[in-house]
Amino acid sequence: MIRWLLLLLGGALLGGIVHLATIIILPRTATQDAYSRLTPIAPINSVTELPEPTPEKAVMPLMDPAFASAICRYDLSQGPMKLTVPISLAYTSVSFYTDRDIAYYAINDRSAGRRAIELDLMTADQHSEMPEDEDITAADRLIVESPTLTGLIAIHALAPNPGLMPMAQRAVNGARCQRTDVAKDSD
Amino acid sequence: MRLLLGTLFALVVAAAVGLGATYFALTRGAAFGALRIGAWTAWPKTGTVDADPYAQAEIARTGRLPVALGDGVMFVARADDGGKRLDGRCEVAITGVTPAARFWTLTLYNPAGELVPNSINRYDFTSQEIVRRGDGSFEIVVAPRATPGNWLPTGGVERYTLALRFYDTAVGVATKEGREVPMPAVKTRSCP
Repeated sequence: MIRWLLLLLGGALLGGIVHLATIIILPRTATQDAYSRLTPIAPINSVTELPEPTPEKAVMPLMDPAFASAICRYDLSQGPMKLTVPISLAYTSVSFYTDRDIAYYAINDRSAGRRAIELDLMTADQHSEMPEDEDITAADRLIVESPTLTGLIAIHALAPNPGLMPMAQRAVNGARCQRTDVAKDSD
Repeated sequence: MRLLLGTLFALVVAAAVGLGATYFALTRGAAFGALRIGAWTAWPKTGTVDADPYAQAEIARTGRLPVALGDGVMFVARADDGGKRLDGRCEVAITGVTPAARFWTLTLYNPAGELVPNSINRYDFTSQEIVRRGDGSFEIVVAPRATPGNWLPTGGVERYTLALRFYDTAVGVATKEGREVPMPAVKTRSCP
């Protein structure tokens, strides 16, 4: 009897380890997480408008239907990125996620304080390599450091009522996300 | 033979306990730092780089993008103030006021996080759409059949989740339950 109780206790302890191991391994092996879902529809380093969620079809669960949304899936291995999002009338926000869907930064139209949210996205290494007198800093642009080489930028514009959805979609459609060197050439 | 049986028994117990605990943690929301106010629960830390392993696992499993904390915070309710599961066949009233935020939205999802089909294609209310009383408070009726005022249809589904998102708000990791965060009451009024 004691033997079986001990085995039960040992099994339960081992179960605790199994539990912690599965929780930690899960994000590394997930194939249906947001980044994986968006990879086939969002080309790298460009803005992709997301279709409005409907009961039949939604790119991700728990999307807020009051918002027009777009995604920029970025890859910083070729260099820093430049992001410009025009501000819509109601509320505009930009959120940054790692390739494991962890939010590491967000900014909204009020904190941007201008007609557009403009910022530069780079890794910590790229930031430290940047010369001090670079015109980016001179122009007083906001610099965001990404903890990972790849990730997601989610651009949201609120439609306070359904009639304002086209306005919110226009704001989201006007967003630009491209490599800083490419953006300079096209200027 | 006894050794083999014993080992097998211990391993079966380990698998059942370990995987069972993981399943419950991911379906019940076991992330740390939950902020519970009435029927509503938020996990502000889930929208930051400090998201704990449980939050990370839940994000990976569901496939959602969490609301980043600098953007807003999401509260969910799966039961009313009395602890009764939200039932789409009942009439549920959401009344009161909300904490300060530039905008908020209230959205109804099925347990899988999908919108629920209904006759008027209304899936949510924003703070701008709501009809309010003179004192600024509001009442939203979540019910299968049309009601006067702010009606959020359930489509008659058995179970649903309400998500109340506040955008550009001071509610966050440091928020404690109390007077500065007055969340609306959730009450089941009548069930067929």
